[in-house]
Amino acid sequence: MRPEGKGALESLYFEYPRFTAPSREHVIDNNQHKVAIVGAGPIGMFAALTLARFGVASVVFDNKDTFNDGSRAICVQRSSYHALERAGALGPFLDKALGWTKGRTFFRGKQILEFEMPHSDSEKYLPMYNIQQQFIEQYLWDAVNASDLIEVQWCSEVVGVADTDGGARLTIDDTNGSYDYDADWVLAADGARSPVRKMRGKRLNGENFAGRYVIADVQMDHDYPTIRRALFDSESNPDKTILIHRQPDNIWRIDYQLPDGQSEKEAIREDSIRENVTKILRDIGYGGPWELEWWSIYSANTLALDDYRDGRVIFIGDSAHIVPIFGVRGLNNGLADAENAGWKLARVLNGLSDARLMDSYSPERRGATLDVFENATKSARFMTPPSKGWELMRDAALSLSLDHDWAGDFANPRQMEPFTYSDGGAILTADAGVTNVKLGAVLPNEMLSADVYLSDIFGNGFTVLVFGDGDLAKFDAHVEVISGAMIAANYGKAALARVQARLGTQAGATLLIRPDGYLAGAWNGCDVEQIAQQMKMAFGLKETR
Amino acid sequence: MALNFAELETVYEDLATALDTVSDAQREVLLCKLSLLMARELGDLASVQEMIQTAKDHLDTKTQQD
Repeated sequence: MRPEGKGALESLYFEYPRFTAPSREHVIDNNQHKVAIVGAGPIGMFAALTLARFGVASVVFDNKDTFNDGSRAICVQRSSYHALERAGALGPFLDKALGWTKGRTFFRGKQILEFEMPHSDSEKYLPMYNIQQQFIEQYLWDAVNASDLIEVQWCSEVVGVADTDGGARLTIDDTNGSYDYDADWVLAADGARSPVRKMRGKRLNGENFAGRYVIADVQMDHDYPTIRRALFDSESNPDKTILIHRQPDNIWRIDYQLPDGQSEKEAIREDSIRENVTKILRDIGYGGPWELEWWSIYSANTLALDDYRDGRVIFIGDSAHIVPIFGVRGLNNGLADAENAGWKLARVLNGLSDARLMDSYSPERRGATLDVFENATKSARFMTPPSKGWELMRDAALSLSLDHDWAGDFANPRQMEPFTYSDGGAILTADAGVTNVKLGAVLPNEMLSADVYLSDIFGNGFTVLVFGDGDLAKFDAHVEVISGAMIAANYGKAALARVQARLGTQAGATLLIRPDGYLAGAWNGCDVEQIAQQMKMAFGLKETR
Repeated sequence: MALNFAELETVYEDLATALDTVSDAQREVLLCKLSLLMARELGDLASVQEMIQTAKDHLDTKTQQD
């Protein structure tokens, strides 16, 4: 919602674009893409960019005439930066977003915890960046719009999804009427209320949490670094919880649990918002002027589909799962879904893999969701205890934390880390090779020179890192082959030693890295034929036969 | 090593006194804090989990006698 007297999209800092439906001739001329994406939000657009990264064209349908105004993600984590970079869309984020590494937790005005997210010189990017969802969508749209491989149909509502032989037929309504679109695959990125999910008769299962939060964005000249602040039992909101995040353009995100005695209806009235925000700002020592940009109300859920795939329809992002906001899980999880589905689908459509590679999508990404639920449930129970027992233990931990550092750890928000994949068949069994990284985990990065990192030299598709000897010419042309000798020659022996120490590679090890940066296999030595055979089994690499 | 009876009786008296010095709501939080502090010192998760179960036993017995 916006303040009285403001238009629905009248923002203090952001100009919403307006789109129109494509002409009928245009629609007919372009009715040819094998992948149809429903939803031009950040997840749908990123999926299209990921497909385009591998040369696969797609069409995106969205029923709106502009970007999202209701959903307000702000935190983009390191692994998402790498994913955006791989899709060629990171540039503008680097200039705009505010990076951060720290969080502070306060109880009754006293700081009880300062947590530091894992970071070192080995990393190319910071653990987290704050940026408004409108900018995220703007930057993704700019990249989408510049791509010859992506067609976006705005003001176009998907009203039917029927199975066909080897694909799906979408029915689309736009201002010019109705038409059908035949696609081989459909990516449903149409958000938490996903119409596609309903049309397919699928339901989300899981839990709802009791605590309700107001989310308000305000603009002010507040002098505080980009550090996440959590306030428990503060003067401005006794017994309740407040979260404060800095965003670009002097915008501050304030999430606060509904104060005692305020009904939902009362709490979302503009005068209540202004009164509550004024108290909170006083609490954090800000007495200057501020302007109200936007507000909304929110309650935490952990809900997911039992299967993220329904025939040729693949659910990505909030259409597949709804996660609590505490701990930066919604957008980042959705981007990981989109990249996972994207690179696999691209391989299938490019004839590099059999369609069974798609079977690994749901086990991998649903596994990640369930892991997220476990952590999110812990932090949601701490932020908004669901019952007397949880409330007593939370209060005990907070009270102890005033004098005992160890008790402050209960207040750690358990920020999401990329999940380690094991089920689904797209991770190979391996005979050791590395000690510092688990099979199925994101490969750690390392600095090679002042401005080059290990992740920069990977290929667009699969990469093998060979630290020993082998007949490297035997690897298929689609596989990027990087040897330890090449790293030493280009960046020096010290760089190679850093990489080996960071990964914990045994002498002569060979690593296989997936197009999404996950470690897919590790071997002692480099028996090219054996490795190629295993890759063929797992990823259907027909060309290495 | 377990406390001897005299020591345990001191704990009994000190805790009773402490519980009487605070409000009803504070009493519950005090007991939860004490549990966390003692659990941490004890350093044995399985024992603590067993004691939580033991503490749950017979809670309704006294109510019925009243």
